[in-house]
Amino acid sequence: MQEPKRNGNGAGGVGVYVCHCGTNIAGIIDVRELAAYAAGLPGVTVAREYKYVCSDPGQEFIKQDIRALGLGRVVVAACSPCLHEKTFRRATEQGGLNPFYFQMVNLREHDSWVHTDREAATEKAKDLVRAAVRRVRLHQPLERRRVPIDPKVLVVGGGIAGIHAALTLANAGKKVYLVEREPTIGGHMAQFDKTFPTLDCAACILTPKMTAVRSHPNITLWTYSEVTKVDGYVGNFKVTVKRKPRYIVEELCLGCLECIEACVYKQAKVPDEFNLGLGKRKPIYLPFPQAVPQVVVIDPETCIEFKSGKCKKTCVEVCGDRLAIDFKQQERIEEVEVGTIILATGFQPFDARRIPYYGYGTYPGVYTALEVERLVNAAGPTGGEVLLRDGHKPRTIGIIHCVGSRDEHTHRYCSRVCCMYSLKLAHLLKEKTDAEVYNFYIDIRAPGKAFEEFYNRVAEEGTHFIRGKVADVYPEPNGTGRLVLQAEDTLLGLVRRIPVDMVVLATGLEARADAQEVRRLFNITCSTEGFFLERHPKLAPVNTFTDGIFLAGCCQGPKDIPDTVAQAGAAAAEALALVDAQFVELEPNTAYVLEEECSGCKTCVPLCPYSAITFVEAKKKAEINEVLCKGCGVCVAACPSGSIRQNLFEDAQIFEEIEGVLAHA
Amino acid sequence: MSEKPKVAFYWCASCGGCEEAVVDLAEKILDVVGAVDIVFWPVALDFKRHDVEALADGALLATFLNGAIRTTEQEEMARLLRKKSKLMIAFGACSHLGGIPGLANLWDRETIFQTAYRDSPSTVNPEGITPQPRHRVDGFELTLPGFFDTVRALDQVVEVDYYIPGCAPTPKIILAAVQTLLSGQLPPRGAVLAPDRALCDECPRKDSRPEKLMLTAFKRPHEVILEEDKCLLAQGVLCMGPATRGGCEALCLQGNMPCTGCFGPTSRVRDQGAKALSAVASLVESDDADEIDRILAAIPDPVGTFYRYSLPTSRLRRKRPAAAARAGEKIAA
Repeated sequence: MQEPKRNGNGAGGVGVYVCHCGTNIAGIIDVRELAAYAAGLPGVTVAREYKYVCSDPGQEFIKQDIRALGLGRVVVAACSPCLHEKTFRRATEQGGLNPFYFQMVNLREHDSWVHTDREAATEKAKDLVRAAVRRVRLHQPLERRRVPIDPKVLVVGGGIAGIHAALTLANAGKKVYLVEREPTIGGHMAQFDKTFPTLDCAACILTPKMTAVRSHPNITLWTYSEVTKVDGYVGNFKVTVKRKPRYIVEELCLGCLECIEACVYKQAKVPDEFNLGLGKRKPIYLPFPQAVPQVVVIDPETCIEFKSGKCKKTCVEVCGDRLAIDFKQQERIEEVEVGTIILATGFQPFDARRIPYYGYGTYPGVYTALEVERLVNAAGPTGGEVLLRDGHKPRTIGIIHCVGSRDEHTHRYCSRVCCMYSLKLAHLLKEKTDAEVYNFYIDIRAPGKAFEEFYNRVAEEGTHFIRGKVADVYPEPNGTGRLVLQAEDTLLGLVRRIPVDMVVLATGLEARADAQEVRRLFNITCSTEGFFLERHPKLAPVNTFTDGIFLAGCCQGPKDIPDTVAQAGAAAAEALALVDAQFVELEPNTAYVLEEECSGCKTCVPLCPYSAITFVEAKKKAEINEVLCKGCGVCVAACPSGSIRQNLFEDAQIFEEIEGVLAHA
Repeated sequence: MSEKPKVAFYWCASCGGCEEAVVDLAEKILDVVGAVDIVFWPVALDFKRHDVEALADGALLATFLNGAIRTTEQEEMARLLRKKSKLMIAFGACSHLGGIPGLANLWDRETIFQTAYRDSPSTVNPEGITPQPRHRVDGFELTLPGFFDTVRALDQVVEVDYYIPGCAPTPKIILAAVQTLLSGQLPPRGAVLAPDRALCDECPRKDSRPEKLMLTAFKRPHEVILEEDKCLLAQGVLCMGPATRGGCEALCLQGNMPCTGCFGPTSRVRDQGAKALSAVASLVESDDADEIDRILAAIPDPVGTFYRYSLPTSRLRRKRPAAAARAGEKIAA
């Protein structure tokens, strides 16, 4: 028997493997003709076609041919490299070659799926294979790098997503930093009354998790804080957090709330953020009774001591020797090192003022859904009694669905939760006021577990459903103070005008106003709607394009609480998988500076989107941190003296590939 | 008879600056003359074409040829000298890259004749006569060299062994090149006889360029009073230094003017203009398409700026003939 040849140095011929991908490729491309053509190309030792090259027997061909035929290079013509490049690099490596002596041709997405002419598609396939065969012969052996992972995790955002992710990680024994912008965690969920479709109380299920965060030994909770800088890379991020002064020494405040009572303001006068301005608070306040941490906060905009410096400071007096109030508290900067980051920065409700004909902000009888959540809540500004701004109880209520959703003038997407929360609010409003409730909807979307049943239940309770988009909201002409909702009922085919006492706008969910800044801070991408973009919509839904940074909750797109929690768990699991692996392998397709040739012109330095390039003063040359480099090629293209190159994308390889494509016989 | 190696100097489509550059060697030229026999140098010595034709093939150690190839005569002379020389040296930017004459590749012969012999304000040519390769006068046939549509660098006509860059090459570069050639220690064939780093490397203003340089406006040198020790790009003036081979000791920068790119690209770059454009574009601080247009409008002649010396040898090479003809019609109209 012949001794198998070792080809570690990449000498030897090229093996070409053409995949049928069932009928995905073979249905359009003549794979037999293609393989026969490839076999005749200069430098090709063997060319085969097989039904599924990615299968075990398919990979086995590659490994055996490397050993038996002494192949030095491998080309697989199959699907997208995003799917199987790793598979075939591994097979190439297992056959005994450097894994980067491999090149993939995307016959499926680039050819068979996008063409219908069999002959032309086969000709194109030949061009692509010829290019790959010419290119792969110039490949260099490359090594992957291992980077250790710092086991600590940063979670940004203390809504239900961030809370759940932080607790999951902390329970697994990992140290977590949870950073929240507001003075309390809880997020939007803390503002909700009941949750659909089970109608359990949002606070009842959320607050135990909030207190668990506070008391967990593995969680460092920083509220009233914001991430201002992120350096580093997967496994080794350096994060700067700005901790805004709350003018209360967090460690000394017992949460007794006596200071609020003692404030020189006898009456609460400041619109209260938590209740969306429907209630009032004092300059020193706790956002809501179950806030975590149970630490008050002073609002310097309204506090007399900050405005005049002449307050009697009754709060300090009552705080006494607890000494928790500190008017001189300064902003603090904390720097932490973490290995992975979970972004759970949430959403903002669509601003109903953007649709002026619905009258929000003009007619006092128009409310947003979130305001109604606070109105029906027992801890809300009205103690749970549904009273209009004029003090009356509504007898008729109209709920307008899809406000800022499914509308080409605002957001085209469906916000996913509005139908269900509208049904929930219809139920709660009816329960509390016995009013007639009209839902104006485009479609009722109730695709979750027990959602359709809930819809039926609300319908059976006597809530009215009118299929039609409300075109106008205007005061009833005879001065009753009621508002008329005008809509074309598309089931009856006529225009309906329904006078109501209260209008509820089911506002959609949109990306936060500062999503772009946050995106840049963490070096991730946004979708066209402005939500953070996942790496793959199906197969990597919580990953981002930046390794080590994961997404949870509505910052990635609108979703309900169960989906948010599930996603938070998934993000935590992804972070755990990295942390427990203890290191990551980095792809070697990185850029590098030819140090001798670099003129030190600094053109490349500010261009790197990953901050991987530094200018080394001592040498007066640019230097690329290959761990940070993602291989995007920006610096390679920009380097005016051609002194930056990129592994796997050397000029010679690219030109050879182009010439290969263009060498059409 | 002397045993000294024989060399030739010749000029094609050039301004004469390269000839001046040889004279600019000053007393050092005596060292050169002492080391070699100059057997052909039309600008200085009275030898004729037939003297060259009489030489045996390969009799010359080297020909230093400056200027681009624009006419049939220049091509003939380049081929003749190539045949007679062991080494063909492209001397200066025009021969090396196409040079300033190469910018004529934005037009074609007809358009150039139209402008030069008919339309230009200083032309008096009521009969509209343009140069003809052949003309009969009193029974005699007179000839002129033919005029190509496209200007070429020397290596687009004959094989070139080495390049001496610059518009014109500096005395230091010329001397170093001559010494290299006479030393017998020849670098790899095809080499440019100058350093292979970009000009910034030797620029005295290098340290003053900030790491993060973003520009909202480009200025031309006459529009601004330039600080003498600060990176010109940092002052908003387009400098080709980052995309240009060094070796000139930043002469223009020392004269408070930006580099215009005459030494050509480094060995690692195929298209100097594209590289410079890519680097300059990355300095523009705006994400707004209209504003970017406005900022870039301050560069009135992008081809003449980024490809000032290298159009014929760039990926662009020339304007497509049809487009060049159209451009001509526009000028005429």
